[in-house]
Amino acid sequence: MALPENKIVRWIDHRLPVFTFLDHELTQYPTPKNLNYWWNFGSLAGIVLTIMIVTGIFLAMQYTPHVDFAFDSVERIMRDVNYGWLMRYVHMNGASFFFVLVYIHLFRGLYYGSYKAPRELLWILGVVILALMMATAFMGYVLPWGQMSFWGATVITNLFSAFPGVGNDIVTWLWGGFAVSNPTLNRFYALHYLLPFVIVAVVGLHLVALHQHGSNNPLGIDHKGPQDSIPFHPYYTIKDMFGLGVFLIVFALFVFYWPNLLADPANYIPANPLQTPPEIVPEWYFLPFYAILRSIPSKLLGVCATFGSILVLFIVPWLDTSKVRSAYFRPVFKWVFWLLVFDCIVLGWVGAHRPEGWFVIIGRIATFYYFLHFLILLPVIGWFEQPLPLPPSISSPVLKKGGRRLAGAAASRRKP
Amino acid sequence: MTRRLMRHAVLAGAALLALGAGLAWAQESSEPRPPKMAWSFTGPFGTFDRAALQRGFQVYNEVCSACHSMNLLSYRDLEGPSALGYSGDEVAAIAATKQVTDGPNDQGAMFQRAGRPADRFAAPFANEESARAANGGALPPDLSIIIKARAGGADYVHAILTGFGDPPKDMKMGAGMNYNAYFPGHQIAMPPPLTDDRVTFADGTKATIDQEARDVTTFLVWASEPTMEERKRTGAKVIIFLLVMTGVLYGAKRRVWSDLHDQDGRDS
Repeated sequence: MALPENKIVRWIDHRLPVFTFLDHELTQYPTPKNLNYWWNFGSLAGIVLTIMIVTGIFLAMQYTPHVDFAFDSVERIMRDVNYGWLMRYVHMNGASFFFVLVYIHLFRGLYYGSYKAPRELLWILGVVILALMMATAFMGYVLPWGQMSFWGATVITNLFSAFPGVGNDIVTWLWGGFAVSNPTLNRFYALHYLLPFVIVAVVGLHLVALHQHGSNNPLGIDHKGPQDSIPFHPYYTIKDMFGLGVFLIVFALFVFYWPNLLADPANYIPANPLQTPPEIVPEWYFLPFYAILRSIPSKLLGVCATFGSILVLFIVPWLDTSKVRSAYFRPVFKWVFWLLVFDCIVLGWVGAHRPEGWFVIIGRIATFYYFLHFLILLPVIGWFEQPLPLPPSISSPVLKKGGRRLAGAAASRRKP
Repeated sequence: MTRRLMRHAVLAGAALLALGAGLAWAQESSEPRPPKMAWSFTGPFGTFDRAALQRGFQVYNEVCSACHSMNLLSYRDLEGPSALGYSGDEVAAIAATKQVTDGPNDQGAMFQRAGRPADRFAAPFANEESARAANGGALPPDLSIIIKARAGGADYVHAILTGFGDPPKDMKMGAGMNYNAYFPGHQIAMPPPLTDDRVTFADGTKATIDQEARDVTTFLVWASEPTMEERKRTGAKVIIFLLVMTGVLYGAKRRVWSDLHDQDGRDS
């Protein structure tokens, strides 16, 4: 319908309907008219994934995956490759910002109940992406072969030794040897190159699932008719572009002015298997999970709890018994949500410190609360909570609350 | 009723965690922190003082390089206004003062020759074992990226260089160890490397310990990241561009959405 008259476009589209597809899924794609800026983070994460793949391919052209040369090859990229420092710093900080965006995206989903029917599989695919990202980020951090790379890899792969019976065999199999060594670095490099493309594929499925029922929205109620939605283009393309601009400013500040703020200085020391660093700390985005791991006295249970903290996300759509999606109308859940956010920050803070004294106790309380939130509070609150009355449609509260004021602002702006 | 109960439970939980956080905070160690120095290279527009860089290289070359390698640097890296400000001839002259091992020649033997700008900085020891043997078992770390490899960066390195002193009376020092206020554990194998007038600066700057430490730290900051000035210059351009672009996009967003808001206004 909105296809251009161009004959070549029509010829192609008749045989391979890419233009129709783009028209349906990007231009016409009906989107709730009331999405707020928290809905920017999904597309932002997609753009950062692209940035990571592009910079990663350029880095791969100069990087040498060998224990004797990896560290120096990264420093050669920093010093001798034209704009190598830029590629490297974008990639390094891009990983952190990818997690910032995805964590915000995830908490947005939790707050507005975006995981509820009919979007359960959309949510599950998102958790799969998170798990793949974590594996990719972990292996990527090993590649510069600094002290933290080596000892982080040693600690994390050793987690699998906790499984009774087969544990040590699994670890040897993962390492490709009897210690973290050259075969380990080689396979991590191969997988670090592979997994991002797997992520791209799962992101594709995530989008297919999203477009089946469309975006959730801050009110968490379904479309009631055409007055509730607007075409994705130009409304959300321009809004996403503006959000991208704001994001890139923050990102550029880090890349150009604080490129090592989120990095551990110990990773600028070449890996030394004979010298354990005073503290082995993962990257900040793993700290909450690291805190959970260290909060539980038994190694096996600690490992199970760490994996469990991700796995529990898969069943959130069925743990939450409330029929109301948006926390906006859930007076109790709203509180509990923010307490979970606080709890995750506390876990991250505990994870950055040695498990001594008060940190052990705080870590245990916070770990307990994390699981309490998902396994107990989420189902129980749904049973007894009295939700506020839902508006009849998306456009009715928009008209009552925002419409007139925004229209007035727009009108006054047009005056000379 | 249940809602109020819930709210109280939530508040109590938050308070408990906050209390614990405060206690854990108080528990943090109270080691002396390296003093914050005023450096010319910090901040978004910071640049290196070329004279300080050259003096710093002189300190490294005449003092530190007796024990510390800088394997990631070549003499050619020193050349040009974006580096230390030396001309090509000056760099060639610096390199020529070093002896490097080359080879094998057509007889299959290694041989010594004068350094060239393309050579890596000559290392004081052939390998880790010989470095340890010459230093009472301790390994002098490579200084190429020492600033990025230490928490505290330039301030820390300057503090180490100036932080030597006599140990407290009740402290038992290991054999061959030196007291340093800022080194973790306060026992460092490196003897105090700098003294007043340890070097004679060509530009007449008085070579106090502090001056030498500042200058060599400045040189090490440059060596850790020779592209730092280019990075900051590029960053200023990129961020100005992004600010303008984002401003335009914001205007476009308002414009695009205004018809929607107008329509809402009419409908109501």
